[in-house]
Amino acid sequence: MTARPGAARRLWRVYGGYAVGFASLFLIWHLASVYLVSSVLFPPPTAVFRKGLELGRNGVLLEHLSASVQRILTGFIAGSLLGIPIGLAMGSFRPVRKLLEPYTEFLRFIPSVAMITVAVIWFGIGEASKVFLIIYTTIFIVIINTAAGVSAIAPNKIHAAQALGATRTQIFLHVALPATVPYILMGMRLAMGNSFTTIVAAELIAANEGLGKMLWDGRMFMLVDDIFVSLVTLGFLGFAVDRMFRWSIYTFAGKYSPAT
Amino acid sequence: MSLVSFRAVQKTYRSMQGVDYPAVEGFDLDIEGGEFFCLLGPSGCGKTTVLKLLAGFEAPTAGQIVMESRLVTGASRDRGVVFQGDDSLFGWLTAVENVEFGLRMRGIGKAERRRRALQYLQLVGLTGQERKYPAELSGGMKQRIQIARALVNEPTMLLMDEPFAALDAQTRALMQLELANIWHTTRTTVLFITHDIDEAVTLGTRIGVMRAGPRSDVKGVIDVALDGARSRTDDAFLKYYKQVYEMIRDEVAASVARAGS
Repeated sequence: MTARPGAARRLWRVYGGYAVGFASLFLIWHLASVYLVSSVLFPPPTAVFRKGLELGRNGVLLEHLSASVQRILTGFIAGSLLGIPIGLAMGSFRPVRKLLEPYTEFLRFIPSVAMITVAVIWFGIGEASKVFLIIYTTIFIVIINTAAGVSAIAPNKIHAAQALGATRTQIFLHVALPATVPYILMGMRLAMGNSFTTIVAAELIAANEGLGKMLWDGRMFMLVDDIFVSLVTLGFLGFAVDRMFRWSIYTFAGKYSPAT
Repeated sequence: MSLVSFRAVQKTYRSMQGVDYPAVEGFDLDIEGGEFFCLLGPSGCGKTTVLKLLAGFEAPTAGQIVMESRLVTGASRDRGVVFQGDDSLFGWLTAVENVEFGLRMRGIGKAERRRRALQYLQLVGLTGQERKYPAELSGGMKQRIQIARALVNEPTMLLMDEPFAALDAQTRALMQLELANIWHTTRTTVLFITHDIDEAVTLGTRIGVMRAGPRSDVKGVIDVALDGARSRTDDAFLKYYKQVYEMIRDEVAASVARAGS
């Protein structure tokens, strides 16, 4: 099948920049590794991809990858589901904000990485401690963004709804909530980024599998190629997840764009 | 018995520093059913305050506002509001969905509310634009959505807060003409806030002139005995323009002096 020239041009316009960008990234890596450093401690991309393929085939990479992804998704979804209603309540009712602000303003300055020790003591090295940490790292960003979104609603939107006969509950459901959606999504996107940092740190310290554990094992047994496979996987995974997030915001929530 | 009566209404705002600012004080005004009342005043005189009080968005500090023998205590759908800017539109809803909002809140069925919304979109000249989001429409079109959104609820009264002030001169003139036509069709009572004498004489059946703030009230009311199409070049039009101008001139000077000091 031959692509129509128009379609090819369109593909190039959309993805051409990315393709060239990624290609240059790997080219520079290759040049730096082979000609500049030339040490086994800094393998070139070819060696890393070979290793990645090998680990992919025997299922090791997938095992680590799915462990990390599962933890991130579980914690991220739970943290968002908890954070959104709390943020909405804080943004809507002053007493709730006054009551809960000490929690959010105090806890958000204790980084989730600092909570790893506590999490392991409380929940052990299993799934529970990881999910706890991801919830912890997600919830405050989502709360703060959601609450900010509620306070950013133009008073005229509320007034217009009142003059159109909407009740308080209707105003909440049909005005405050949809007007806040862009802020909620923005908070979730930031939280997703933080979840990656947190999961790797947690798995470095205490885990039986996961991309962070893979890094740690690589250090223990001097498997430099394994370390780089994990790093590259993290990079691609993060990039892919963020693109998916952006794509779903534009596709399903484009009409909630913050511009209006 | 007037449709709306302001009786010795006072509204005082308190700043963050705790300083009181009496925007309006001893404000008396009667608005009759079916009239197009233009409330005119220099900027900062408290015109919008009067509208917010009647809309029920804010409560007076003292005095009463009575509408159809009932005290105004909050917003209600018998007083539709058209705001100056476009930030009152629901950006996540299409034009027709914005217009349907009030009907939807009342639980009117989908087909029926769509039928009525389209009818009012036609009245304001937005047929063909109903599936667009506000962000895709021009300033004039957004104000048309606001007018349709308020009118579809069939309010007793329409409150308009400088609805055309942010539009360019040509669009504004066109919108004034169309609003006059809509008013002739619906005969809804209108309170129209403006600082533009020309606009007031073009649209109003009566014009109330406010004093410069603080402690603003109504300086005088002028009956405009013009009907149908009004032309800015008619002698009668100019006569009213002059009359209003002379009444407001000192107030504008006072307002400017206060702002400059």
